[in-house]
Amino acid sequence: MDLLLFGVLPYVSVALLVAGTVWRGRYDRFGWTTHSSQLHESRLLRIGSPLFHFGMLFVVLGHVVGLLVPMSWTDAVGLGDHAYHLLAVSTGAVAGAAAAAGVGILLWRRLRVPAVRRSTLRSDHLMYTVLLGAIVLGLTATVLNSTGQNGGYNYREGISPWFRSLFTLSPDYALMQGAPLAFKLHILFGFTLFALIPYSRLVHMLSAPLAYLVRPYVVYRRRDPRLTANRPPKRGWERVS
Amino acid sequence: MRVMAQVAMVMNLDKCIGCHTCSVTCKQAWTNRQGTEYVWFNNVETLPGQGYPRRWEDQERWKGGWERTRSGRLRLRAGGRLAKLGKLFANPDLPEISDYYQPWTYDYKNLTEAPAGEDLPTARPVSQLTGEPMDTVTWGPNWDDNLGGGPEHAPKDPVVERIRDKVGERIRFEFEQSFMFYLPRLCEHCLNPACVSSCPSGAMYKREEDGIVLVDQDRCRGWRMCVTGCPYKKVYFNHATGKAEKCTFCFPRIEVGMPTVCSETCVGRMRYLGVMLYDADKVAEAASVEDEHDLYPAQLECFLDPHDPQVAAAARAAGLTEEWLDAARRSPVYDLIATYQVALPLHPEYRTMPMVWYVPPLSPVVDAVAATGRDGEDAGNLFGAIDALRIPVEYLAEILTAGDAYPVEAVLRRMAAMRAYMRRINLGEERDEVIAKAVGLTGAEMEDMFRLLAIAKQEDRFVVPSAARADAEELAGSHPLPADGVDAGCPVADAAAGPGSRVLLNLSPARRTS
Repeated sequence: MDLLLFGVLPYVSVALLVAGTVWRGRYDRFGWTTHSSQLHESRLLRIGSPLFHFGMLFVVLGHVVGLLVPMSWTDAVGLGDHAYHLLAVSTGAVAGAAAAAGVGILLWRRLRVPAVRRSTLRSDHLMYTVLLGAIVLGLTATVLNSTGQNGGYNYREGISPWFRSLFTLSPDYALMQGAPLAFKLHILFGFTLFALIPYSRLVHMLSAPLAYLVRPYVVYRRRDPRLTANRPPKRGWERVS
Repeated sequence: MRVMAQVAMVMNLDKCIGCHTCSVTCKQAWTNRQGTEYVWFNNVETLPGQGYPRRWEDQERWKGGWERTRSGRLRLRAGGRLAKLGKLFANPDLPEISDYYQPWTYDYKNLTEAPAGEDLPTARPVSQLTGEPMDTVTWGPNWDDNLGGGPEHAPKDPVVERIRDKVGERIRFEFEQSFMFYLPRLCEHCLNPACVSSCPSGAMYKREEDGIVLVDQDRCRGWRMCVTGCPYKKVYFNHATGKAEKCTFCFPRIEVGMPTVCSETCVGRMRYLGVMLYDADKVAEAASVEDEHDLYPAQLECFLDPHDPQVAAAARAAGLTEEWLDAARRSPVYDLIATYQVALPLHPEYRTMPMVWYVPPLSPVVDAVAATGRDGEDAGNLFGAIDALRIPVEYLAEILTAGDAYPVEAVLRRMAAMRAYMRRINLGEERDEVIAKAVGLTGAEMEDMFRLLAIAKQEDRFVVPSAARADAEELAGSHPLPADGVDAGCPVADAAAGPGSRVLLNLSPARRTS
């Protein structure tokens, strides 16, 4: 079971992520958007959306540090285990609480503002469930862990090495055996969320407009008749030879 | 000199009868879809009035267009690049649907399906966004049409507020004491577009050939900064597709030499379409002149005289075809903007260098003179009134010349002179060169201007070179008729074309080929 969940599922999720992104990029660029509902309602969105997005940015940053930086490195720079966790939990708690509060406001808004509710996409139902699940489980695991309910489980000795082993294509799923249930569930929800990215409105995160910082203000484009004239015929529409 | 061409529009506001035919035909052509219920690429506003979306001219609130920094550079009013990215998650300067209006339909089904009862069944208004019944419809397209509700709504017009603060004079909105005119609005297809500059994805662009500003629907990611960036609020967010949409200047028609739908269907025949050549190197400098009053003359200086052989040579070097040069020389828009200088830009103080210009209406002045019982077509009376009547002139100046009354007065004088000059001709009196000279024109020029403004036919009003004509013929050439002439399957083939000849596309350009 662990092999399936922690040895195979992550790769399936990433494969779905990559395949979906390629599909979107090639066949459904028109669907690649934030699907913003700010036109319908602005007041709640202006509180909830920045809370959620900025909170999530820091949460992701925290995950990157916590999962990818080995314990030996922080030990080497003299950061003790206790100090590390104090730092991680305090910053993580702020970011996590912001993200949770943000998604709470956004969900309430989506359900209670009629125009927003009506503009909800079919993919949103699954996406919101998984997203909310991942956030709630993550917070639960953190709270349980830092209050000592997990019997002093150190994820940096179990989950983090397992996560890093994914990159070497030899997943050490046995490391996950000792992990508390909340962590396990959080990981499963997380990987499900990765898989959903290209198939839901989450796809907008893949087109963060950083190029805007460096491009010239006014964009000029030329309509090139040769492009349309010499475009290869679509499959099934070839001329009789 | 870097010559670029722009297909531009001029509207003669004196001839707008406020019939909304342009808006309706535009909507039928472009925005009668789900997600664009509230969207009017073209709309006609009664002025003074709040417009659509309400109070769109209040840039303190909506932060559209450019502003000049103290160092003399241009900055987007809504903030620079980093500030824009910081506001990505919630745009604080985005109009909500209530600023436009809640689109609605009626529950028509109830009229036929209501059970028999004592009361006559009614069709209740139902919101198209929520699907719920609306108890009261409180705002809609052209709610304040013809100054309807003027005393209540028109004082909230930002231009009215500015005049009250500046001149200290109140505009009266009791119907018989007020003045009004119509302002048809569409995308300005600016030379220095703030919407394009605001787009984080780089999805919006200005076409090099004809200057039309478009949204690439495949690249738009719905960050909605363009809606804020456009000071005219002419980029809209399609809430169903999650993409920005805007007036396309009917580019599929323009490409084959046809006028835009709004121009073609204009009942008052008050729209003019034509090519303007401009020096792209001068645009940035012209848009950032210090004094707002200099923006109109600065933009005039960007335009190039197509009759100048040097300009023609530079244009050819820049890749413009003879067809485009010819169109530029016959451009009615160039004549109205540069030759007779009777057209003015809309809100040049937004520094976007708009390319839909307006001939200001003389009618508020004529009406005011006539109301006093004097001769409303006498040049002397009109000149005097233009000097004396502050309110309509100040109002026109606020929307057309950044508040500088002088150019507006000059245009109105020219129009008044034309009116007086032509009346003498119509009454069989002698031509009075003195009237023409008073506004710096000759009698012959006066008559030319009259012809263009008053009786111009379709081919005089719309001089549109066909960008795609050459492409289309090239495409058609790759599919010649067989020598035996049997294959007549091509639906766009001209039957008159003989065997072996190239297929001619049935594109009838509406323009004169003199």
